[in-house]
This record gives sequence, C-alpha cells and structure tokens, in this order.
Amino acid sequence: MRHAFAQNSSILRRMFASPLAGFLNILVIGIALSLPDGMYVLLKNMQGLVAQLSGTPQISLFMSMDAKADDVDMLRKQLEQHPAIERIEFVARARALEQLKQSTGLADVVGGLSQNPLPDAFIVYPKSSTAQALDELRIELAKLPKVELAQLDSAWAYKLEALLKFGRMGVLILASLLSLALIAVTFNTIRLQILTQRDEIEVAKLIGATNGFIRRPFLYFGAAQGLLGGIVAWFIIMASLLLLNHQLGALSQLYASQFVLHPLSIGDSLTLLMFSMYLGWLGAWLSVARHLSQIEPR
Amino acid sequence: MISFSQVNKRYPGGYQALKNVSFDIAEGEMVFLSGHSGAGKSTLLKLIAAIERPNSGSVLVNNQNVGVLKERALPYLRRNLGIIFQDHKLLFDRSVFDNVLLPLQICGFDYRESHKRVRAALDKVGLLKREKSHPIALSGGEQQRLCIARAIVNRPAILLADEPTGNLDAEYAQEIMAIFRSFHQVGVTLLISTHDTNVLQDNGVRVLALRQGELQTITSGGGGGK
Repeated sequence: MRHAFAQNSSILRRMFASPLAGFLNILVIGIALSLPDGMYVLLKNMQGLVAQLSGTPQISLFMSMDAKADDVDMLRKQLEQHPAIERIEFVARARALEQLKQSTGLADVVGGLSQNPLPDAFIVYPKSSTAQALDELRIELAKLPKVELAQLDSAWAYKLEALLKFGRMGVLILASLLSLALIAVTFNTIRLQILTQRDEIEVAKLIGATNGFIRRPFLYFGAAQGLLGGIVAWFIIMASLLLLNHQLGALSQLYASQFVLHPLSIGDSLTLLMFSMYLGWLGAWLSVARHLSQIEPR
Repeated sequence: MISFSQVNKRYPGGYQALKNVSFDIAEGEMVFLSGHSGAGKSTLLKLIAAIERPNSGSVLVNNQNVGVLKERALPYLRRNLGIIFQDHKLLFDRSVFDNVLLPLQICGFDYRESHKRVRAALDKVGLLKREKSHPIALSGGEQQRLCIARAIVNRPAILLADEPTGNLDAEYAQEIMAIFRSFHQVGVTLLISTHDTNVLQDNGVRVLALRQGELQTITSGGGGGK
C-alpha cells in the first residue's frame, strides 16, 4: 500500500512539475466555481431574510385617525367573529410608535415628531394563505366602518420569493455551465499530461500494467485539481463576504439595523469541496477513457 | 513453453512478416533467433508478448493461446515475460533505480521487498553503483544492461531479447551473453534474436533462422537444449 502511494505521489509530483500552469488551472477552476456558489450564498441570505419577514401571511388593518375606543371595540368584535380569521392582534397607536422607534432604526426621525402620526391598527391572521383568499379578505375588511386601509403585508414577500426563484434558476444554469467548463479544463489538462507521459504509459503497458494502474494517477490528479480549485473558490467566497459585510456594516449602521451576510455553512462548504473534487475526477475519467486507448505499444 | 503452429502475420498494407512459422521451445531452453533485418525477428517476439496478433495459426505461451487473449488478460501475460527491447524503452525522467523498480510497482510488491529485488537485479548486471544516475548518463552497453535488469527484476520464467548486442562492440556483447547464460543456468527460458554471427558461433545453442518471414533451418547446437 505504501508502495502504491509512493508510485502515485511521484507521478503527482511530476504532474505538478510546472507550478505556474498548475496554479493557473486551479485558479480558473476556483473562479469558475466561486461565481455560482457565491450567488447561491447571496440568494440563501436573501431567502433567510424573506422568510424572517414574511412568516405567515397577515393583513394590517389601519383605522382612521378619528376612530374612538368604541369604534375599536366594535371592530374587534366583528373581526373575532369572522369565519375566515384565525386570530387578531391589536396594536394601539402609542405602541406602534414605540415599535417603529425600535425596529426600523428611524428613532431619530420619530423622536423629532411633535405628535403621533400613526393610527390604531389590527393585525389580522387569516386562516387561509392562498393568494386569492387573502385578497378577497383584504377587500372585504377594507369596507368595514372606520377602516382607513387594509394592507396585505406579505404581498411584496411573495413577489420577492418569485424573484428569488428566478434567481435560483439563474444560479442553476450558471452552475451547470461552469461545471461543464471545469470538466473541460480538467479534460484538457489530463490530455496534455497523457501526451507528455506517452513513453511512460507505453512502457508500463509493455511490462504488464493494467489499465487501472495507468488510469489511477490521472484520476487522482483530476480529483486533486478539482479539490484545490474548490478550496480556492471557498477562499474567494469567504473573502468576498468579509469585504461585503464590512461595507454592509457601514450601511446597516445608517439604518440602525443588524443585517449581516452569513458565510458558507460547514455543510455547504463540504458540498462545494466534494462537488468540485467529483467534477475534476469526472473530467479526468472522461479524458483518460478517451485518450488512453489510443496509446498502444508497437 | 513457447509453441508456434503455422503462424502467419501480415501487416496492414500487405507486408507479410511471417509465413507459416512453426516451432517449439521447451521450458528452460535457450534459443537464438537469427536473420537479417526485416526477416521477421521482432515480429515473432512481439507475437509472443501479444504486442501484435497473428492473422492465422496459434501462438502458445505456457499452454495459453496468446493470439486470442482478451485485452484485460494481457497485463498478466506480460508480467510472466521479461522483455529486452531493441530500443531499450528506458524512461529518461527517472533514475536507474526507479526504472528497474517500475515492474515491481506495477505488480504491487511491497516497499522493502521491491527495493531488495531492485538492488539484486542491478547487482546482477553490474550497475549497483549507478543506481542514482539517470539513464542518459549511461553508455550504450550500460543502458542495455539496465534494460536487462528491468526485464529480470520480476523474475520471469521467460526472457525475450530483441537484438540485445545490436550496437555493442564484441567485448560488451560477450558480457551481455555471459549474463544470459547465467539466467539459462538457473532455468529461465530464453529467446534471443540477433544477427551477430560471432554470438551465434560462440554458443553451441539451438538457432532458429528466419529468412523473409520463413523459418529456414532449426540448427541444434551442442550445449544449448535440455
């Protein structure tokens, strides 16, 4: 076993004999992989944000500014008895102002107001979450007395979700294309390696090497090149996120919020590395299958 | 050990390299294969190692018809053969030691055993002191001996040599022949092609003479056959 390793490692060493060419190959693979994977990370972050914001669909019911406490009680009873409503939550105008101060980071602006511009509001949680049912309920609620505005809060989230789906498809297409590029790069590298080691392959065949024995170091090389490319891609993504987060920190400070881009999880990192290794192996396998049979000793 | 029966070999393009060749070589026998260049000596050796396939007739090695051997089985046939190539086929990107090590790596010998065997083989051909050199630094005779070391390191039962004394002066040729005779003494079957008349006369062994692809004579010498 130690022997097989010595054999293969010596071949690997010879394959990396031209460090610049090897490095450039790995860099190309790394960049090709970092593009779709980086976009995937950004999308995943956006998706997390959307999930956090939309949660369950809800309708905000803003009352007119002249609504009295009696009006509020009456509306509350009507809403509680409504068959399409799961539960409701009352947000008094004073509390709404407090929330506004805390959540959106507009504390400075809000603090400068001489009076509370916000109305009393109900947050309505409907039983159904289909787009049509929600819209019908919203129109119905808007017609109730003393209701100024009924707003379907999750509408924009649905739109964003659709946009993200579009983005995911884009990433998938990009990933597929660049995976093909990676396979092609490995294919060509291995082809050149096979050509330069033609003598060695021929001699090995003449003295009894099986195809597996000859194939193995090339497959190892392809897998190693893919893996190194994956590691380069990982560093590119992590470094980019670090830079982006740095800028985002300045941006979110302006909004007094705490939004950061999460880096690649351990699972995602491993998937990236395994996938790049597999693609390298596949490219090498295709190349070896194509070119090795052409070398027959004469 | 090696048995040809009505073997014909025609190359693409119509050149008939071997015509109806039949002979037998017994186990442990040492045999010369003589003839001018182009007489079919190399082709005959290539048929034994299944580097070429016959168009008709059968080539038996160890009672195995190598002419119809499957591609997958070829490596295992060749591991039982030690082949000394006319053009040496040494690898110039590695040391003398690593050149001889290659057949053992292919067969999967362990580290300690293979290193022992490589040194023994190099010692046998007198190249032990040159193990760290590269083949390019060796003389023609030394390269030939290196090729022999690589062929025998695996301890094959059959040794095929294609013009092993081809470009060597008489003194080197004598050395090489002495090495072959020592293998013969330990029971290795040898088939050596040569057009060197000195070599043929000096040794009273059986000679297969080829002329334009046909086996002309089988002359039996005194001390060769068993």
